Amino acid sequence: MFDRWSWIMAWRDSRGSRRRLLLFLSSMVLGVAALVAINSFGESLEAAVNEQAKTLLGADLSFESDFPFDDSTEVVIDSLGGLQSRRISFGSMAYFPRTGSTRLASVRANEPGYPYYGAVETNPPEAADTYLQGRNALVDGALMNEFGVVVGDSVQIGSINYRVAGELLKTPRESAAMMLFSPRVYIPLAELDTSLTGFGSRVEYEVYFKFDDNRDVEAMMEVLAPQLRARDVGSDTVGEEQRRWGERVGNLYRFLGLVGFIALLLGGLGVASAVHVYVKQRLETVAVLRCVGATSRRTFWIYLIQSMLMGVTGATIGSMLGMGVQLLLPRVVGDFLPVEVDFAVSWTAVAIGFGVGVGVTLLFSLLPLLSVRRVSPLRAIRSAYEAEQSRDVWRWVLYGALGVALMVFAVFQAPDPTIGIGYMGGVAVVFGMLALVAKGLTVAARRFFPSGWPYVWRQGLANLYRPNNQTLLLMLALGLGTFLIVTLLLVERSLLEQFDVASDGQRPDQIMFDIQPNQVEGVTQILEAQDLPLIDQSPIVTMRIKEIHGQTLAELREDSTYHVNWAHNREYRSSYRSYLTEAETLLDGGFVGTVDPSTEVVPVSIERDLAYNELHVDIGDTLVWDVQGVDMTTVISSIREVDWQRMQTNFFFIFPNGVLEQAPQMHVFMTQTGNDEKMAALQEALVQQFPNVSTVSLSLVLAVFDEIFSRVSFVIRFMALFSILTGLIVLAGAVLVSRFQRIEESVLLKTLGASRKQVLRIMIIEYLFLGVFATITGVVLAYAASWSLAEFVFQTPLVTAPIIFLLALVIVTGLTIIIGLLNSRGIYARPPLEVLRAEV
Amino acid sequence: MPPVYIDMAETNILDVQQLTKTYQSGSRSLTVLDHVTFSISEGETVAIVGPSGSGKTTLLGLCAGLDTPSEGSVRLHGIDLGPLTEDERAVVRNEEVGFVFQTFQLIPTLTALENVMVPAELRGERGVSGRAKALLEQVGLGDRMHHYPKQLSGGEQQRVALARAFINQPRILFADEPTGNLDDETGATIEGLLFDLNRTAGTTLVVVTHDLSLAEKTGRILRLRGGRVVEDRQVEPTLRAVG
Repeated sequence: MFDRWSWIMAWRDSRGSRRRLLLFLSSMVLGVAALVAINSFGESLEAAVNEQAKTLLGADLSFESDFPFDDSTEVVIDSLGGLQSRRISFGSMAYFPRTGSTRLASVRANEPGYPYYGAVETNPPEAADTYLQGRNALVDGALMNEFGVVVGDSVQIGSINYRVAGELLKTPRESAAMMLFSPRVYIPLAELDTSLTGFGSRVEYEVYFKFDDNRDVEAMMEVLAPQLRARDVGSDTVGEEQRRWGERVGNLYRFLGLVGFIALLLGGLGVASAVHVYVKQRLETVAVLRCVGATSRRTFWIYLIQSMLMGVTGATIGSMLGMGVQLLLPRVVGDFLPVEVDFAVSWTAVAIGFGVGVGVTLLFSLLPLLSVRRVSPLRAIRSAYEAEQSRDVWRWVLYGALGVALMVFAVFQAPDPTIGIGYMGGVAVVFGMLALVAKGLTVAARRFFPSGWPYVWRQGLANLYRPNNQTLLLMLALGLGTFLIVTLLLVERSLLEQFDVASDGQRPDQIMFDIQPNQVEGVTQILEAQDLPLIDQSPIVTMRIKEIHGQTLAELREDSTYHVNWAHNREYRSSYRSYLTEAETLLDGGFVGTVDPSTEVVPVSIERDLAYNELHVDIGDTLVWDVQGVDMTTVISSIREVDWQRMQTNFFFIFPNGVLEQAPQMHVFMTQTGNDEKMAALQEALVQQFPNVSTVSLSLVLAVFDEIFSRVSFVIRFMALFSILTGLIVLAGAVLVSRFQRIEESVLLKTLGASRKQVLRIMIIEYLFLGVFATITGVVLAYAASWSLAEFVFQTPLVTAPIIFLLALVIVTGLTIIIGLLNSRGIYARPPLEVLRAEV
Repeated sequence: MPPVYIDMAETNILDVQQLTKTYQSGSRSLTVLDHVTFSISEGETVAIVGPSGSGKTTLLGLCAGLDTPSEGSVRLHGIDLGPLTEDERAVVRNEEVGFVFQTFQLIPTLTALENVMVPAELRGERGVSGRAKALLEQVGLGDRMHHYPKQLSGGEQQRVALARAFINQPRILFADEPTGNLDDETGATIEGLLFDLNRTAGTTLVVVTHDLSLAEKTGRILRLRGGRVVEDRQVEPTLRAVG
């Protein structure tokens, strides 16, 4: 494509600048590395999910139901044949008598056989099989560590004590992160305390199948699944599980890709800025070449070839680094994965990363390179000559191409196009705001120049707007890095803060649920004996919607104009009382607290979002409920707003006193223990007397949330690290670029009598201004973004945390000054003669 | 590039007609050259002299096709530069013109030898290093061919520039204050080399200078003042003090 001379000249012209070019291209390296690592890892992950598809389910097929399978379902199960293994899963308190510790656990009562594919990994390994022979249990390793439980100890689930046969390390269908939410305890199904699966408990009944006859399970389930759904029985095949996990892991690595994308974008800007300065320094050369007969195209090619080689080198180094980083990723996101991921280089990912790296370098280089085409040969005889610059249509074409390319890339990389477009929009706003502030800063520094300030301050400030200043680039690099980190910290703090706030004062910190009506008195006595307040007591009645708007759900399902969703199908846990709690605000209608038991149409209160967004009902609409076999007609009399963040029991529907008292129900109690000792005493008393009663403590929720968030934020920080390091490289590059200008200036100042201290102070002041303004802008934008996230996504108040602002200010500004000074070292040592002889 | 018509019957290497250059500075317009007309025959040596701001460098730029006139025309070896694009003019420069600048204008990243080779390489010629080395030997830099401009003195740099100017055997050489940045002794050496090379190659030479002694060494002096040619005279051969 390019002629021989252009290649030769590109090589010759790069002499003396190759080290600098290397630094410029290094700003692309990390972006490409992030892209290659994530996409390559994503491919390995997808391959792992596909290869280990059967181990994801552990069987060829499974059925699940919230109720014991009815007779007709049992007939279907029988008819399917193959190997079958049952399991019952439920939440229950696990009590460790030796240590006296209790914790709500997810109990899995298993029959031998399952998992048919993959394995339950335990320590010792043989425990995975032996625990099924007798009253043994496998306990989540993290839980054992937390409580100091060892193999051979006992654990009480319900009223039965099991010997801890082993530590549970890995199970099919469950990632390490899932275990955090609720630690697992495996026990033999034959040894289950059946009182734990009684009324009111949330129990899941499962059956797993393994077929040796190579039958087409997917085709079989296409016929069977609708019949099972009609009986509220869910099913899962290997294919479904594989698709579900495929989608999840796809979303995971695409999300990481978007975080890494920022690094690429920053790197691109770094390249653009470096090329801009590089080209400026080459204008005389270009003019001479034009004089001696080089056409504009051929001179343009010289620098295009250099940019291309820079892109190819950067993308190659980035791709290699990316392959290395890929090795780290399984450790970073391993907790969220259900499968083991082997390291395999994805050449497609390498090709994409390489192509994107070269493409981004070229696109970002082309913008400053366009000016090479317009260098007049007259510059060779008049160095101050500036050609009249008419509008360059190619510049706008390039801006368009750059915008489209970035948008296409973001959409391609995002889990869905809307996120990609939204993400690019957000990035554009942040970049735009930072650029705007940079522009405003240079204008303001010039317009409101403090002429009364001491000389070094004036000189430092003037550096912000003088020709060839690096204000815009440094503002972008520093501001963006600050923005990313501060946003992350603020969101993290805000989310954790809501739990801290919830634990203040007289708010409840213990929830006890699954309390049967005949246990209410006993639990109350325990609380009184331990001098604990009963802050709230709510009865819970389970029910399902039968009719809505005068039509049955079956009729609505057949109506193609009506959308039946989860809110129609779910089992509601409603309560009844005569008052609204602090977490509830009446929005519309009148709240009815008590009615006569003979009331035929019962007035109920509904939560706002459920009413308007899911069920599409309003005041006066009627709903018929199936309250455990008894129909009950209700009318919506009021609409409430519910603060779901409150640590208390909240309900979608509140019934008045008077109609549900006789329905089968259970109770939820809330109390405040205030400290861990009282909490432990309460839990121990409850588990001894009422083993079916489960308790959740706020401190546990907080600890789990903290743990989950720290793991999630570690992943995000890991990816953000690429952007921050790129920002630092761009910063170093920008400082280096301005170094050549500074040398001339500093030496001149020195010749005129400036002391070393004065020259240094001028530089420090310039970087101080840049650091401070970039940090302030980044932090302000971070507050805006965090507020939006807190308000609209997490619906929690934003924590202002001024300490984060102060830390960012000190660290970022300090870093800017240090990098600035490190790169400027030696400037003062230059002899004045060099400049006077124009040999800098 | 469209074919360029060359009138082979033309004997003038440079034909300037009513050349005017006006610069716009805001609402003001500044006429730097005002209807300048002259011709230069092949092989002639001409000095353009005049005070600062008289339009000497602008005239040189227009004659060499580095810039476009506001009015009038320039024919270089029979080629009307007016209708040509900048790239087409670049090709003409490469084929017909050599340059020597006051500030040497060597490419800092190229060695002396490479600097000399550039114009020939631009034409796609290969194996030009022999010719370039010979020229460098001729200007007395046989032992400094692989030095970069930064490693050469001002006089040495201008010698490299001279060698570069002659590598393509141009029909016309434009020199802009070739000794302006040099001390007297070095300047005299460069002058001598310039005229020697010019004589050997039979090139037309146009020198823009402040230096009247240099101007007197040419065959003809064009004096500019206020953008106009106020004097166009032949220099008596007996008065020429060719270096």
